[in-house]
Amino acid sequence: MEQTIDLTFWQLAAAYLFVLILVMIVKVKGIPREREILIAAVRMTIQLVLVGYILAYVFDHSHPLYTIVIIGVMEAFAVVNIFKRVKSPISLRLKQIIALSMVAGSLASILYFILVVINITPWYEPRYFIPIAGMLVGNAMTAVSLGVSRLIEGMHAQKHLVETALMLGATPKMASRDIINKVYDAAIMPTINSMVGMGIVFLPGMMTGQILSGASPLLAIEYQIAIMLGLVGSVSLTVILLVQLGYKTFFNRYSQMVEGDM
Amino acid sequence: MFVLDNVRYKNILDVRHLVLPDKKINCILGESGSGKTTLLRLLNNLAACDSGSILWHEQSLYELNPIELRRRVVMLGQNPVIFDGSVRENLFIGLKFADKPCPGDDKLREVLKQVSLHKDLDVEAAQLSGGEKQRLALGRVLLMEPEVLLLDEPSSALDEDTEEILIRSLVRYVKENEITLIMVTHARRIAEEYGEYIVEIEQGRVKSVREKVS
Repeated sequence: MEQTIDLTFWQLAAAYLFVLILVMIVKVKGIPREREILIAAVRMTIQLVLVGYILAYVFDHSHPLYTIVIIGVMEAFAVVNIFKRVKSPISLRLKQIIALSMVAGSLASILYFILVVINITPWYEPRYFIPIAGMLVGNAMTAVSLGVSRLIEGMHAQKHLVETALMLGATPKMASRDIINKVYDAAIMPTINSMVGMGIVFLPGMMTGQILSGASPLLAIEYQIAIMLGLVGSVSLTVILLVQLGYKTFFNRYSQMVEGDM
Repeated sequence: MFVLDNVRYKNILDVRHLVLPDKKINCILGESGSGKTTLLRLLNNLAACDSGSILWHEQSLYELNPIELRRRVVMLGQNPVIFDGSVRENLFIGLKFADKPCPGDDKLREVLKQVSLHKDLDVEAAQLSGGEKQRLALGRVLLMEPEVLLLDEPSSALDEDTEEILIRSLVRYVKENEITLIMVTHARRIAEEYGEYIVEIEQGRVKSVREKVS
């Protein structure tokens, strides 16, 4: 294996210079975003430095408790992030469903992946567990955000269709079937599309990382194929849980629509 | 027969006592905003009252399975809701929702005739006019052969002549099939002419109940 080039202080400084040049262009052109670019760059630097040190420590002192705490923080962050990203107000019941499907769906996929597919011993080996969990949780989070937005918007915009279906004796499930199908499309299609374009339109981040760190492209694609399948699984599982449990929160025990009046 | 006692719903409806008899043409008359639509929604269990009791066939509405109830007590909302697809698909959709078998085209054409909608079954329903959509939506619920038909202003988008024809055909349908019709209207003329049991509602309260002897 070739040795990866270690970036020196000056090399990183050159990368920052690149951003500074960009900020100058933005300023000259009068695009009022130079503050955002600078703040984002600084924030990114601090976050990554912190994560780098934390990971270095955890890798050296691997312990199941560390792994569990880190996955816990990831899941919590993902759930809070979904609440923030969805623009419409979310009912308490739906929030609970979001948290449940997010945690159950991604954890099940992570465990299957760690224990069955890659078969790591010990199971908590942070060098494998943390990056894989991060990818599965992150993608599930994006999918659930899209799904929740579409679910709430759909129930709102098509309220008259849903209520008419109920008037005619439809079950809540039948009445919301169209909306549910659109939620699946919105949430799962991006992952499927990225699978289709993979390797041709772009080289995925994980594969790029492995190649840069000196792994052979063949090893890199093995991992990439496995992780892509894991992503599809984790995304689908969380979204299925979200939808199958989530649509019910828009109806009460009398199968009436809960939100507001017509 | 529906029996309502001390039924309150928000500050919209406050009904001390009301009986709506079976196999009659019940007309609920009142100004807009008087709570007529809310009353229908309560009978279909699309909304639950805050207090009081609603009995149907001497059983509390809230003890019945709401889905089963709505398949027998079918409601048609005031604004006709049209689903994607043809006239045929729009007629079928009620039966599909209610898990009932779909009949052949002959039966569908007969229903279209009953609601005096002279359109081909394959026409896209979205292309129909407002009044035609209203009649299509009515045809959809007639096809379900309910025990009780709850209609909210079924002729509001029609001109007077079409309204007359439609209501007359509706009355015939109700009598032939021996079902109960509960129809909300703000047209006094319709209520006086066809109603057998006329309930007048004002500001959420029952103002008067009249039974016409025929």
